[in-house]
Amino acid sequence: MRIPVSWLVEHLGFDEVPTPDELADAFTRIGIEVEEVSPLGPVTGPIVAGRVVAIEELTEFKKPIRYCQVEVGPEQVNNIICGATNFVEGDSVVVALPGAVLPGGFEIAERKTYGRVSQGMICASDELGIGDDHSGILVLPTGTSQPGDDALELLGLTDTVIELAPTPDRGYAFSVRGLAREIACALDVPFGDPGVVEIPEAEGEVWPVHIEDRTGCSRFVARRVTGVDPTAPTPWWMRRRLMLAGMRSISLPVDITNYVMLELGQPLHAFDAASIQGALKVRRAVAGEKLTTLDDSVRALDPDDIVIADDSGVISLAGVMGGASTEVQDSSSDILLEAANWDPASIARTVRRHKLPSEAAKRFERTVDPALAPVALERAAKLLNHYAEGQIKPGRTDVGVPTLPEAVSMPIDLPDRVAGVRYARGVTARRLGQIGCQVSVTTSDDGQTIVTAVPPTWRADLVQPADLVEEVLRLEGYDTIPSTLPPAPAGRGLTEQQRRRRTVWRTLAEDGFVEVKPFPFIDPSVFDSFGLAADDIRRNTVGVLNPLEADKNVLATTLLPGLLETLQRNLARGAKDVALYNVAQVTLPRAQQVPVPSLGVDRRPTEAEVASLLAALPQQPLHVAGVLTGHRELAGWWGKGRIAEWSDAVEAARRVGQAYGVSLRVVASDLLPWHPGRCAELRVGDWPVGHAGELHPKVVEALGLPKRTVAFELDLDALPLDDHRPAPMVSAYPPVLLDVALVVDASVPVQSVSEVLGSSAGDLLEDIRLFDVYTGEQVGEGKKSLAYSLRFRAPDRTLTVEEATSARDAAVAAAGERLGAALRA
Amino acid sequence: MSGANDPYDPKEVAALSAENLDAAVQKAREAFAGAADLEALASVKPGHLGDRSPVLLARREIGALPPKAKAEAGKRVNEAQSAIKTAFDERHAVLQVERDERVLREESVDVTLPWDRFPRGARHPITTLAERIGDVFVAMGYEIAEGPELETEWFNFDALNFGKDHPARSMQDTFYIAPADSALVLRTHTSPVQARTLLDREPPVYIVCPGRTFRTDELDATHTPVFHQVEGLAVDKGLTMGHLKGTLDAFARAMFGEDSKTRLRPSFFPFTEPSAEVDVWFPEKKGGAGWVEWGGCGMVNPNVLRATGVDPDVYSGFAFGMGLERTLQFRNGLPDMRDMVEGDIRFTQPFGTEA
Repeated sequence: MRIPVSWLVEHLGFDEVPTPDELADAFTRIGIEVEEVSPLGPVTGPIVAGRVVAIEELTEFKKPIRYCQVEVGPEQVNNIICGATNFVEGDSVVVALPGAVLPGGFEIAERKTYGRVSQGMICASDELGIGDDHSGILVLPTGTSQPGDDALELLGLTDTVIELAPTPDRGYAFSVRGLAREIACALDVPFGDPGVVEIPEAEGEVWPVHIEDRTGCSRFVARRVTGVDPTAPTPWWMRRRLMLAGMRSISLPVDITNYVMLELGQPLHAFDAASIQGALKVRRAVAGEKLTTLDDSVRALDPDDIVIADDSGVISLAGVMGGASTEVQDSSSDILLEAANWDPASIARTVRRHKLPSEAAKRFERTVDPALAPVALERAAKLLNHYAEGQIKPGRTDVGVPTLPEAVSMPIDLPDRVAGVRYARGVTARRLGQIGCQVSVTTSDDGQTIVTAVPPTWRADLVQPADLVEEVLRLEGYDTIPSTLPPAPAGRGLTEQQRRRRTVWRTLAEDGFVEVKPFPFIDPSVFDSFGLAADDIRRNTVGVLNPLEADKNVLATTLLPGLLETLQRNLARGAKDVALYNVAQVTLPRAQQVPVPSLGVDRRPTEAEVASLLAALPQQPLHVAGVLTGHRELAGWWGKGRIAEWSDAVEAARRVGQAYGVSLRVVASDLLPWHPGRCAELRVGDWPVGHAGELHPKVVEALGLPKRTVAFELDLDALPLDDHRPAPMVSAYPPVLLDVALVVDASVPVQSVSEVLGSSAGDLLEDIRLFDVYTGEQVGEGKKSLAYSLRFRAPDRTLTVEEATSARDAAVAAAGERLGAALRA
Repeated sequence: MSGANDPYDPKEVAALSAENLDAAVQKAREAFAGAADLEALASVKPGHLGDRSPVLLARREIGALPPKAKAEAGKRVNEAQSAIKTAFDERHAVLQVERDERVLREESVDVTLPWDRFPRGARHPITTLAERIGDVFVAMGYEIAEGPELETEWFNFDALNFGKDHPARSMQDTFYIAPADSALVLRTHTSPVQARTLLDREPPVYIVCPGRTFRTDELDATHTPVFHQVEGLAVDKGLTMGHLKGTLDAFARAMFGEDSKTRLRPSFFPFTEPSAEVDVWFPEKKGGAGWVEWGGCGMVNPNVLRATGVDPDVYSGFAFGMGLERTLQFRNGLPDMRDMVEGDIRFTQPFGTEA
């Protein structure tokens, strides 16, 4: 909400008016956020009122250009070029004469333009720094100025606009009235409430109104002004304030409703009474009904929308926007003014549904003072009477029952206990009184002093003791709250899982991977690039209703799409050797998606309700994934380096397992997007937890990645938290080292051979390591030779070669028996 | 010098004369000194210390001497041999040092050659920051809590006292999950973890929760639709806003140095009452020390306690939340938030594993 300081202080009894910055500080201190403090101008030099004497239309240019004679002082007429067309001869305008400087350091000088000499500029309001209206030049109401009058004074160009963003609980603060009251509380100055006006006794109803939906509308008040002069202009002071508040001047009746809304916070609507057919009905829309709103859009109404209807049908989208059929026209002289209290929740839904935020709706959503409707109408009617010679009809319609705030009681020292401060005696009662509460203090049966506050009508947000506490604390100032640390609880540190995750995170970084954090939104067509079958489980995604990018509208079931996209970005920016990783949740829909139960908040949900709530969420396991391309070890003066290959992905995955305290088994697999012959499935025992290897050449091609890009992905949550408590026995006796070369069928996985050897060599085997793999003529077609070095050692004695050899022979025999392995000749 | 010419010692052997032995020693010394390296030294060694060297040949003659002269000549020979040995050893030591020095000199390399054999890895600075913050609070006795990113509206809004149609709810710019009536959202803040924790544990509860959050803001220099927050929650008997302030001040000092502190400005969040915005005094702020908007906080709204089964008449609590991207942005002076999300390795690598 934008508000000029001059308007704000009008209702405050300052001895000395604070500076705009002091006012802004006061707002900030009590919790009304200040977005901007903008002084008008600066405007210097000769800026005067002028009267347009003659207009010559220049037609030789692409756009309309006017060459005007403007009287800018007694006996002084200047020739001025102007591009606007919204004025006629005789109009009063604002002229910046040569020598004037407009906001932005824009210097006005006599200059030749469009083939003529222009001696000044006719100003639009935005050029003067009031408002942002540049639809035409500023035309002053007739009779308000004489040519040559100083326009700085006339226009009120020495002012400051403060832009405020009240929090959504404080509906009352979306008005000059509410904001001035806040300043009165903050600075302890007297406040003259513009909302206190005498409401004359009504003589009967002014228009028949029936509220058919009491939930949607708690109160509906109407007043009628007839004989309004439709040509009456909006006075300059009102236009100025509207402009400074960021609103356009439209017509006097509409300007008055907007002005009163800004002043008091009560949105009003002006109907052209002559266009209304019969009694007004407040009800919900009926499915299929349509309304053309003031912005000339035809809107299909929802049965949840609250509307005002007459005999012709719906004529207004209540509290949000009026209808075109009853809009005040240039000729309207009979005006029905309406002020009501609409259900905030309904208004909020209508705004969302029709994407139609409006100044009125903004206030209704935040609850409008239920006592204000007749006050605002009186104010508006009087303005219409004063500026357009309208006659206020003696009748007033006032139907419905306003909902008033209820009393709230609390121990009088509750603010002290919440703040951790001992406030001076009487502070709580005084502050609550200051914001408008009716305060009483009593003693309860157990001797406690209780303060009871009946909140003022505009404070629907004060419903529980905590709300009253906040009022006391914020007005006393948060800066008076001390800084004390609570006694430290006995914490348990990180959980086992948290510690291991951290190790994973760090291990990959230490191993040369760079962590990236792609968004979880993916384009489902990436699964086509991956070559996934139509029924692949990874295509079963959760969708986002309102994605930022229309095609990235599902949540990732695998981290690879995001990582590969980030890889592409890095490559496009010139990187060659890239290793990336990401640790993030993925979203996996459940096989049987159950609906989210509808739970209240007035009590703790039962365990069963909590369980059903959690069961309705998709599974979101934490995954870790990595991709590599280019050199794993760089080339340099030391040699050629080494290009990343499938085994680097497997190694990285296994390193993750080690970091987690788990030894991952590797089994050959065939899963897209991996290469069918270079894909490892990683397992804990027999349980698959992820895959690693080289990407399928077709996938690499489809994604435009370098050949032989490799990747891994693991489900971290599937890794068990083994109780990892090693108790190694370190023998100081010498080892016996034996090598053995076995020939097996090429199809036998190395891991099987290693496992058989390892498990069959007995307790004396300390370590087993494959140091060479050979295929070729010497071992024959379809065979491979695996060279192992075995280290044997006894815990309690020096091992003899004979003992070691017999252990090795047993292992070799087992490998022969189970895998057909033969000792290499 | 020789001994007295004894009448009982008629035999004289010239080789054993003091003069000859002295000359042999002198020759040996000269030969050793003339050897330029260990090889040359080795080659002259036999001529002076070998079996056929003058001194050793002279020693053979000792047997022919009468007993009395034997001892005297033996002593002379021993002295001469010892002197030659010493000369050899000294020269050998000198040459060995020279040789060792030369070898080391010849083996020297240019140690300024680049050594970047392995590409550098790095953790994302947001990860490191989240870990640091976690450590600060773990040191204060807190525990780290977690929650899912796709969340029920009940946890993200309802339990946190967001009215069904209150503007505070629509101001959260929420990503909704399909279908329209799913009642699921991408969490707009880490605050649902407050409700989850309170449902899960009996007070006292002291937790922090770093995590990823989502709002439908377009990506630009200061906004990202996917960002990270850290949430703090303490629920215990007798907790005050002063305790909240003290905790935030301790947090600020841990993050921004001993001179840092916080300032609270009244604000509104549905799940806290009273509520406040937190500004932090940042001594290293660009353009001079000053206040920077840091996050939101407040005393846990009794409605939240009630909805999670905690008696607000017995327990009170405070909560706070900060954006990690924003914290990192002003702490490190990063001009553009897009760099944090795009994943360019040139951005992340300088952070290493512990920046």
